Amino acid sequence: MDSEITLWVDGRRETLSVDTRTTLLDALRERLGVTSPKKGCDHGQCGACTVLLDGRRATSCLTFAVANDESEVVTAEGLAEGDEPHPVQRALLENDGFQCGYCTPGQVCSAVGMLDEVKSGWPSYVTEDLDESVELDEDEIRERMSGNLCRCGAYANIVTAIREAAE
Amino acid sequence: MKPFDYQRATDADSAISLVSGDPEARYIGGGTNLVDHMKLGIAEPGKLVDITRLPYDSVESLPDGRVRIGATVRNSDLAAEPVIRQRYPVLAQALLSGASGQLRNLATTGGNLLQRTRCSYFQDVTTPCNKREPGSGCSALEGWNRHHAVLGASERCVATHPSDMAVALAALDADVLVEGPDGQRTVPVTELHRLPGDEPERDTVLRHGELVTAVELPSLPFASRSRYRKVRDRASFAFALVSVAAAVELVEGTITDVRIALGGLAHKPWRATEAERVLRGAPATEETFRAAADAELAAARTLRDNEFKVPMTRNTLASVLRELTRQEGS
Repeated sequence: MDSEITLWVDGRRETLSVDTRTTLLDALRERLGVTSPKKGCDHGQCGACTVLLDGRRATSCLTFAVANDESEVVTAEGLAEGDEPHPVQRALLENDGFQCGYCTPGQVCSAVGMLDEVKSGWPSYVTEDLDESVELDEDEIRERMSGNLCRCGAYANIVTAIREAAE
Repeated sequence: MKPFDYQRATDADSAISLVSGDPEARYIGGGTNLVDHMKLGIAEPGKLVDITRLPYDSVESLPDGRVRIGATVRNSDLAAEPVIRQRYPVLAQALLSGASGQLRNLATTGGNLLQRTRCSYFQDVTTPCNKREPGSGCSALEGWNRHHAVLGASERCVATHPSDMAVALAALDADVLVEGPDGQRTVPVTELHRLPGDEPERDTVLRHGELVTAVELPSLPFASRSRYRKVRDRASFAFALVSVAAAVELVEGTITDVRIALGGLAHKPWRATEAERVLRGAPATEETFRAAADAELAAARTLRDNEFKVPMTRNTLASVLRELTRQEGS
């Protein structure tokens, strides 16, 4: 069963007809040719499909496109300002924060969303005092980024890059 | 995946009539569990009624001291809510221990309560499972059952409930507000989920078409001293092997009131009434903590791979009680 939806993707308005079974991830990749969100596990467990959905990081594989009519989606492709990479992207480049690169667009979107959450004062499971503002140390970054797996194991440099981008 | 019709509900009444009139219809919130089930072939709804735009997305402090959490409040927003962090830290911690940042941004309060077991046989349609296909048998009884239940299980099903949030809500004596074709009702969260018995296919007491609209927390002042601890195979983004939600009221070294619920042990969040009975009125000592844990775990029945859960629960409960009572005293 098809349904017409409108999505704002990396600043562009896209209107398309989708089968209700299409996930947001498949709509982006297969219908709109936006391939920076990756299909890893397709079950919400690896984070490779992470995008910013109405400004918040979300796994695009576990939500149907039809449920996101009129939503704003920002992918890793849409974060740069012209030729200038986003600070998180630059920090990953400068700190060798990836190897094969498959998980990287998801890591980027997740880190950007996560840094906003920290700015809003959101605690994490490892935050000692829920009333205090968060200090983004290594434990906090690892906990908050646990929804993004990297099978190459580039975690050490991902953490360094995110710390640098946060400064 | 089977084709389905999708409708976005604009008010509760139309949502309820859309679902209650159609046995193949289901509500969908954040979708983090249901979409996955549809991909796995565990769920095959003919119609999805999206309830995320119903007006249930706020957290309100009520005049009588209770707090009402709308059913569509996202798990991440609820954990960040100041009133929850200050008055019910056990709930904030439980939410933050669950899933990942990007899943918590999607998952709703109502959906978290109604998520289904992560038993690997339930999720694998090629294996027998009484919960998925009544009468087909339980593959976990003789299979890989490290994650399975040690309390309240039956010969038909040894699955555990996966929610962390629900364990905290059980400790807090929360109420679940439900609307259905026959009107409204309130279900204590401790009575929302069932033990498997002879009908493991029924996770909760909800009837088809009933919609969770809110969760209410009682005032419970001593819940400001509460804590959730989760033990798992990796440090983050994993389901609990064992978890403890506890709140303690301490007066001059004596436990005057206490609430405890345990996760990872049963088909439902396990309210530890036996442990509470031992603790209430007793001195806050290691002996008391151990006696409380033993009283609760006396009924435990372990499987081949999950014997470790009994000492793990005992140690985790004692550790949480030690920490809560030390905090109070210092």
